[in-house]
Amino acid sequence: MKLITAVIKPHRLDEVKDALQAFGVHGLTVTEASGYGRQRGHTEVYRGAEYTVDLVPKIRIEVLVEDADAEELMDIVVKAARTGKIGDGKVWSLPVEDAVRVRTGERGPDAL
Amino acid sequence: MPPGILTLAADKVTLSPANTGFMLICSALVMVMTPGLAFFYGGMVRVKSVLNMLMMSFISLGIVTLLWVLYGFGLAFGTDKGHFIGWDGHFAGLSGIGLTQLWGSTTIPIYVFAVFQLMFAIITPALISGALADRVKFTAWALFIALWVTLVYFPVAHWVWADGGWLFNLGVIDFAGGTAVHINAGAAALGVILVVGKRIGFKKDPMRPHSLPLVMLGAGLLWFGWFGFNAGSWLGNDDGVGAVAFVNTQVATAAAMLGWLAYEKLRHGSFTTLGAASGAVAGLVAITPACGAVSPLGAIAVGVIAGVLCAMAVNLKYKLGYDDSLDVIGVHLVGGVAGSLLIGLFATGGVQSKAKGLFYGGGFEQLGKQAVGVVCVLVYSLVVSYVLAKVIDLVMGFRISEDEEVSGIDQAAHAETAYDFTGAGGGSAARKGPTLGEALTKKVDA
Repeated sequence: MKLITAVIKPHRLDEVKDALQAFGVHGLTVTEASGYGRQRGHTEVYRGAEYTVDLVPKIRIEVLVEDADAEELMDIVVKAARTGKIGDGKVWSLPVEDAVRVRTGERGPDAL
Repeated sequence: MPPGILTLAADKVTLSPANTGFMLICSALVMVMTPGLAFFYGGMVRVKSVLNMLMMSFISLGIVTLLWVLYGFGLAFGTDKGHFIGWDGHFAGLSGIGLTQLWGSTTIPIYVFAVFQLMFAIITPALISGALADRVKFTAWALFIALWVTLVYFPVAHWVWADGGWLFNLGVIDFAGGTAVHINAGAAALGVILVVGKRIGFKKDPMRPHSLPLVMLGAGLLWFGWFGFNAGSWLGNDDGVGAVAFVNTQVATAAAMLGWLAYEKLRHGSFTTLGAASGAVAGLVAITPACGAVSPLGAIAVGVIAGVLCAMAVNLKYKLGYDDSLDVIGVHLVGGVAGSLLIGLFATGGVQSKAKGLFYGGGFEQLGKQAVGVVCVLVYSLVVSYVLAKVIDLVMGFRISEDEEVSGIDQAAHAETAYDFTGAGGGSAARKGPTLGEALTKKVDA
């Protein structure tokens, strides 16, 4: 199994969710996150005083998938999240040793 | 109250129910400016100190009201003693005043005049608090308010507005408080921050406003209440002067908001919400002394000049290195000085008094008088406020501890926090074990 984690722009969440659903992903976890990449946040002005805001709002999506689906799923997320502008985010995958469905106790791929 | 009112004495001898009702409504409008100011300031500070900011204004409603009733009204508006202060024994405790006894040569009862003026006395020290965000002891602040209104506000109100006050006698025009309220508060703010110093992290940490919607709400309430402040300052409306003051208030405020926004668009690239709110307040401040003296076109000029000037002035604190947290000096002192001096240029001589400004053929005479009023009030307030703050600092310490300031003054001074952002949790109904009520009972039994 793999854990796909995507950090994306908040307004692309619906597109990514729809694309994952269309692919057949049953569940996902969404967290509000903040951070920065190469673009380093933005500047805000209050009565002429400029403040650099490093940490900009992001959405973090996590999905557990079977190994065979991981590559394709990452492509799907990237396509759905991309706007072409700076700050679009990142997607990465990690190997997962095991998983348990809390309600039934099923383990491994059966738990997804 | 304003110079010139005595000339109308002949027409104003009986109690006017219309003027009395109007003035009670105006008093209520001025009262709402103080909570409005609290929101205006409260939105501009960080989450950890918003309650303290609100309370620094709110406490003035408590303290100043009582002092005003006990002796403040007597000192400010009692019979003149040497042109510096007033006193009337029967004003103490607001006792010995007849229900229908009129204020001077006006058509309103003394009680109505006293309560209207009370609201001015309340908001003026509250204005100072904006310079002291996040860092002063609440007890020290409360003591400062009590001493400051006694030694600074009551005398200055007497100088400027009371029959016999020396600036009143000189012919200085301050329709509704450019010198007595705004220059007074702005200069006091400077005096106090010279003693208490900067916030920890000034010019290093971001200190962004935590809620611009609150700032807008506060600015809106201020704008609304200001109609009572200005239009009510003629103490009646038999001759239309109050209506002109109302119109000028609206016009100058609109112009100042646009002036501030235009300046920051050119200078910083955006029309900001805080700029719109600040510009409006700058316009209100500047038109306060002038609204009875200028025409609506003059009010536009006063507004635009004040809007741009104050927008430029708020950056001074970064350049000069003093921490006027929420720009009391940049907005109230600078706006008040601008409005007071512009009377010397734009007074038409046809509204509140016959005094004409430079642009209306009056020469430099009125400008000179205005300058004397500005400088005297500024210097007196600055010096006395500095000394008062210094004394309080020596006696009890004016600032909270470093730890308290860093972790947030709300928790330290008020044992409260403004917001609960913990969305998760709750819903403990199914939990095994004693309920909160049972646990508390057990604790009491033990």
